[in-house]
Amino acid sequence: MNTNDTKTAGTKTVGGKTTTAQDMLGAAAARARRRAERAPKALRLVTYLLVLPFETLGGVGERFRDWWGGLPGYGRWTAYVLLILGAIALPSPRIASFMSPYTDWPTLLFFPIGGYILLALGLNVVVGMAGLLDLGYVAFFAIGAYTMAVLATKYGWGFWEILPVGIVITALSGLILGAPTLRLRGDYLAIVTLGFGEIIRQTARNTDYIGGPNGIGGIPHPPTLTEWEIPDAEPFTSFGLAGVSPFQYGALDGRPYYYLMLLAIVLTIIFVKRLENSRVGRAWAAIREDEDAAELMGVPTFRYKLASFAIGAAIGGLAGVIYAGQAVSIVPALFTFIVSATILAAVVLGGSGNIPGVMLGAFLVAWIPERVRGLQDYRILMFGGVLVLLMAFRPEGLLPSRRRKAELAEGTGGMGSLGAEVGGPGTQAAAEVNK
Amino acid sequence: MSETTTSKILELTDVTMRFGGVVAVNQVELHVREGEIFALIGPNGAGKTTVFNMVTGVYRPTEGHVMFGGQRITGMKRFKVTKLGIARTFQNIRLFHNMTALENVMVGADAHHRTGLAGAALGLPWHRREEREGRSKGRALLEFVGIAHRVDEAAKNLPYGDQRRLEIARALATDPRLLLLDEPAAGMNPVEKESLQALIKKIRDTGRTVLLIEHDMSLVMGISDRIAVLDFGEKIAEGLPGEIQNNPRVIEAYLGAPADAS
Amino acid sequence: MSSFIDQFWPSTIDGLSLGAIYALIALGYTMVYGVLRLINFAHSEIFMIGTVAALAVLIGIDTQLLGGFTLIGMLLLLAVVAGVFSGGSAVALEYVAYRPLRRHGASRLAALISAIGASIFLQQLFARVIIPEYFNLPEEKGALPIQHQFVERFNVVAIGDFVVSNDKFVIIVGGIAMMVVLDLIVNRTRLGRGIRATAQDPETAVLMGVNIDRIVTATFLIGGVMAGVAAALYMMRFEELSIKAFTAAVLGGIGNLRGALLGGFVLGLLEFYGSSIFGSEWRDVVAFSILVLVLMFRPTGILGESLQQARA
Ligand SMILES: Nc1ncnc2c1ncn2[C@@H]1O[C@H](COP(=O)(O)OP(=O)(O)OP(=O)(O)O)[C@@H](O)[C@H]1O
Ligand SMILES: [Mg+2]
Repeated sequence: MNTNDTKTAGTKTVGGKTTTAQDMLGAAAARARRRAERAPKALRLVTYLLVLPFETLGGVGERFRDWWGGLPGYGRWTAYVLLILGAIALPSPRIASFMSPYTDWPTLLFFPIGGYILLALGLNVVVGMAGLLDLGYVAFFAIGAYTMAVLATKYGWGFWEILPVGIVITALSGLILGAPTLRLRGDYLAIVTLGFGEIIRQTARNTDYIGGPNGIGGIPHPPTLTEWEIPDAEPFTSFGLAGVSPFQYGALDGRPYYYLMLLAIVLTIIFVKRLENSRVGRAWAAIREDEDAAELMGVPTFRYKLASFAIGAAIGGLAGVIYAGQAVSIVPALFTFIVSATILAAVVLGGSGNIPGVMLGAFLVAWIPERVRGLQDYRILMFGGVLVLLMAFRPEGLLPSRRRKAELAEGTGGMGSLGAEVGGPGTQAAAEVNK
Repeated sequence: MSETTTSKILELTDVTMRFGGVVAVNQVELHVREGEIFALIGPNGAGKTTVFNMVTGVYRPTEGHVMFGGQRITGMKRFKVTKLGIARTFQNIRLFHNMTALENVMVGADAHHRTGLAGAALGLPWHRREEREGRSKGRALLEFVGIAHRVDEAAKNLPYGDQRRLEIARALATDPRLLLLDEPAAGMNPVEKESLQALIKKIRDTGRTVLLIEHDMSLVMGISDRIAVLDFGEKIAEGLPGEIQNNPRVIEAYLGAPADAS
Repeated sequence: MSSFIDQFWPSTIDGLSLGAIYALIALGYTMVYGVLRLINFAHSEIFMIGTVAALAVLIGIDTQLLGGFTLIGMLLLLAVVAGVFSGGSAVALEYVAYRPLRRHGASRLAALISAIGASIFLQQLFARVIIPEYFNLPEEKGALPIQHQFVERFNVVAIGDFVVSNDKFVIIVGGIAMMVVLDLIVNRTRLGRGIRATAQDPETAVLMGVNIDRIVTATFLIGGVMAGVAAALYMMRFEELSIKAFTAAVLGGIGNLRGALLGGFVLGLLEFYGSSIFGSEWRDVVAFSILVLVLMFRPTGILGESLQQARA
């Protein structure tokens, strides 16, 4: 069924003719129906309704990718600039009442939305690109946040000095965790990273120097860079951004923090994207698909896995430092396993390995619970249920990368397939060098 | 080829490989000379692939050692062996299935690239140059093995014969002095075998040494300079194709094989 | 260090009784892993369901404090009820969360996410809905909020420092009895042969006529019942367990039944020894650190993998 999908996507561009939106919806509906047919009879309708929007969005995503692939260079640059302008206009009060009726929209954009997006981008390097399962990713977020809190409150450092230090420290902690454990197979790695996340949180809780269970309070905000205000002129006025001081980090206005996060996200995307399109990304993809073969083709697999771990950790640390710069106080209870699970879910839900997909996943995971407050008590419950259903019927996520999609459907991609009925390609591959 | 002074590129000295109670390779001695096509044959389970695995660092021999170009490589890390100049293909094709043909070959070409993380992340000039070079080298190699028209297709969508060729191209991309081919003709039809034979010769003519495992006797006899025969992990014969063809022990090993082997 | 020596025997007994519970839960993790190569994240919730069922019985019967044979009778009742609920929900879990993925050979990453999702779902279901609705207890982080006292403690053995109270005695003996039963099932019965065959090589097992779906169901059922029994025993001591039982399975060598036992006891003991040295707040840190250390030196755990062979 997967080959069918890619084939249709392929013919679209080759013909050079655009298919109508109707065709696309029809195809999505057909795919959703096929997926629903796998469900037990009683659940078919529910499954269909659940999967249909995903299939539609996936179809749109494929179409978009084809269109994007055909764009000339300047077209893409224009699109990038427009996207960034759009992101700058995003905290506009005009959409705030819809996007966030219950809390301050710019603050929500900063965290959890922006924060989760940054974290998901970092975890995606580890899970999506290198194919390593990290269940304790929150540890790096915590280390970054605590670095900020400790250096700022105890040593009087400023945010801008701490930022690079925090990134280096978390990258090092990634190396320290990775060096002894990355030789382990997938599941062992998963459980060891989970353990690492717990070790970090409980150590924080048990260490009086960093406040024990009460954490650290009174963390200063970043110093103001300039008090410059956005002038009261078009187009800012109509977006409601006039009078905002985007580089003045106070206690009330969430927008400057959002812009800081936005900057971090944009730089991270550029960084990660470059890696992805280089020998580094190729090496990660090769490791994901067949680690033994990669090593035999001259890829120092251990080093590359370690690099992905350190990079993912550094991005998590970056998110932590920025978060603590706004939050004033942090406590160990913020950094539980559920955060790791949520970020992982964001990565997988959006389409692991694909940067826009991962960002979309993180946005949804962060935003929906805030938007649908009526369900507050049950939102985590529903989150769990949705994960189960989605994995059953659209395991590749909303906007998968083409390669990753095939891997997830086939059960290759680092971890092999769920056994018992047929040993997936993973088992075959492992068996062969040993033959 | 006949002069004995030709330097030995690969030497296995009394190499033994045990897996628990199974002795897969027993006290084998092999010398491959620079620039030749050397074939390793033998019935199923004779230990041929195990020899490849020991040469490429997948297994560390239980006893004995492996020298490559005068350097001891026993127990060396696999990617280092590749960088030194040994590359291989696999008996069961092991391509990166969801990557394109070109990307597969570029992974091989990266073996000799120098860009580190920083260079790649910052998009430094030499990184771009290496990417360009890797890409053109990849295309050239796909052309060399005869699948230039497959550049952008996912490896898994290639026909079987082309996948075998792609594996060869990927291995060649690492610039090996010694190329190990594990049953490259398996599953090919006679026409494909013919052109594979030409390809192997062409590879040798570019100055590389080829160590070949193959069951197809007409192919082996057609291109090999020398042949060694393994049976139950032991080397039972070595010599020119003509000698091997008429060696009674070899004939017995092959004829007796169906009865003896499990 | 001196506290370690002072506390040696109490720590040992505490460690063994906690270890027995870990081991029973770890068996469920390890069996599922052996057959499906899946970390059944929701197994801790299967265990939780057992504890809730047992608690319901206790509240329903409204017992007095029990000590001797009545305690054992009560425990048997609890074990049966908890075993039924845990076993049933484990089978249901497999049916809903894993079987559809198995059907189309989905990636193990997808299965793991599904497992995490199921775990979150069940945990929330109990924390937010079932416990507040039916137990009239203030909800608290998904864990059952109070210990329901029903054990009248007395010492079965008391030789100097070596003191074993009746509850710990029952836990250790009951735990070991269950393990013996499981060992017999896996090694002596047809079902056990099927489980082992599937764990080793599912493809061949299918060719040999093993009905994989039945084996998987049985595996979840057995694992669930074990967790239920653990839950019944656990009603007597109540501590936070979390995913640590899985750590025990990994420690011993995942997929290896005896490894799970060994891992359970080792983990239980080391936790208490570690607590006596560093203080009880460091217990989990000790547990996970030991895991990391062991895996660094023995990447497949203490006993290695054996329900199936380690695949490189
Ligand atoms: N990792 C391993 N563990 C145990 N036994 C092994 C392992 N690898 C190889 N063997 C055994 O070593 C022997 C030689 O195997 P090998 O794969 O080298 O044979 P071969 O000559 O390549 O056979 P074929 O022509 O079938 O490819 C066989 O009996 C095989 O079962
Ligand atoms: Mg072979």
